[in-house]
Amino acid sequence: MKLEGRKIYKGTAEGEAIVTKDGISFYGGVDPDNGEVVEVGHELEGQSITGKVLVFPTGKGSTVGSYTMYRMKKSNTAPAAIVNKQIDTIVAVGCIISEIPCVDKIDIENIKTGQQVVVNGSDGIVEVK
Amino acid sequence: MKLTPEEQEMLDGKHGKAAQKSMEILTTLGDIFDAEDMVEVTGVQIAGVSYANLGEAGLEWLSEMAEDGKVRVLTTLNPAGMDRENWQALGIDEDFAKNQNRAIDAFAKMGIITTCSCTPYLIGNAPHFGQHLAWAESSAVCYSNSVIGARTNREGGPSALASALMGKTPRYGYHLNENRHGQVLVKINAPIRGTDEFGVLGKIIGDKLVELGKKIPYITGIASATVEELKSFCASVATYGGTALFHMETITPEYNTYSKPTEISFEINQDDLDRTRNQLVDEEIEVDFVSIGCPHASIHEIAKIASLLEGKEVKKEFWITTARPTKKIADEAGYSKVIEGAGAKFAADTCCVVAPIKGRFKGIMVDSAKACYYGRAKNKFKVKIGTIEECIQEAIK
Repeated sequence: MKLEGRKIYKGTAEGEAIVTKDGISFYGGVDPDNGEVVEVGHELEGQSITGKVLVFPTGKGSTVGSYTMYRMKKSNTAPAAIVNKQIDTIVAVGCIISEIPCVDKIDIENIKTGQQVVVNGSDGIVEVK
Repeated sequence: MKLTPEEQEMLDGKHGKAAQKSMEILTTLGDIFDAEDMVEVTGVQIAGVSYANLGEAGLEWLSEMAEDGKVRVLTTLNPAGMDRENWQALGIDEDFAKNQNRAIDAFAKMGIITTCSCTPYLIGNAPHFGQHLAWAESSAVCYSNSVIGARTNREGGPSALASALMGKTPRYGYHLNENRHGQVLVKINAPIRGTDEFGVLGKIIGDKLVELGKKIPYITGIASATVEELKSFCASVATYGGTALFHMETITPEYNTYSKPTEISFEINQDDLDRTRNQLVDEEIEVDFVSIGCPHASIHEIAKIASLLEGKEVKKEFWITTARPTKKIADEAGYSKVIEGAGAKFAADTCCVVAPIKGRFKGIMVDSAKACYYGRAKNKFKVKIGTIEECIQEAIK
């Protein structure tokens, strides 16, 4: 299944999808040292997003979150790619400075956790295998 | 987005890595917000300066940008995590100081003027009416849009830096006339005086805007306001309401420029002010820290503090947070001697919001509604708001 969205940051990455209906705050909501979601009560609390295709509706929280994403990339704890329903500026800037492929305007209900997904950030295409 | 040939070259990496990264940030934001093209900016204010907020990752990114990045327009910095000269006396540890200086050095390498202040408009990054800017620092964004009538969106650290290196920002949001109309008519039925009371007013309006899901208030019923009162109001309404622009009848320059709502959305009476002021005074607070200068104290405020402290002795930790250039004027004028002679301390380049002081104090007294918010949320202090006079009474008690 091919889903067409909008390109946010270029590059292609493949990985296992981890999907949530909750927004993500990288600053304070994710532990950059091990890639685990730590926000209390979050649907993904305790789960690692490292190397996954992270699928969530939109970002939230402090603008420092962009720097947190960069830190994760440098520590090899970042997600392989990001798919959003609607991008926000924190995640967009985070993907650009960290060079994480990213696509938005995707019906994320069509993607299930555990599916193998290819994100083509250059063309804005998400392929569910 | 429509790009000029030069902008396209930058995006393609023909002008170096920092330029390419900057253009990627700006064009992506432009696409997200449907900007048609870029607009040239005349000034930039960068947030994300305190090492406590940047962390090693932020610092690493800045260092990479500084490898071949140079600013094209006047650019200044937000407060850092410490007074750059007097950090030891203010109890900042050496490792933090070292890292903070690494961050400031990276900014300096890019040609940024490293005055670390949230009031750039008081110390030389002073736009005039109608100029386009790319400012971070929510209180300064609100001040420049509203009080000066310049135009900027609420930028984050990386997007402001990108604009500094490019001299441009995508044309959307507050850069366009169509997005500057007043949305909510607010009528004030009580006299408002003093930085503390303008802060209380900012909280009432900010909270209400969040409830209504609106951004731009049109405020009537304010007879007059000083620069200091307006900067306090801007800080508060931006903190509590996310407001980047307001119009104030007969006071702000664009109050008569755009359409305004015809029906009053809400009124504010004396009892609303009293009730909200009470929300900014925690029960059973023991004040062991007093801080004035959120946003950074002006020279006028420092003169007033000096006259109130003349011949007095401060008994509590008491910081006056300000921009270093303002501190230098205070030195020249003899105010610093009086203030420091009384036992108060200047904390230039920094403030009680961004300095790493969590756990050091139990209760903070301030004249700023914004400082109350961050004192509670970030530093877990009990808080108390009061006039400058009341703050000084508390400090010498």
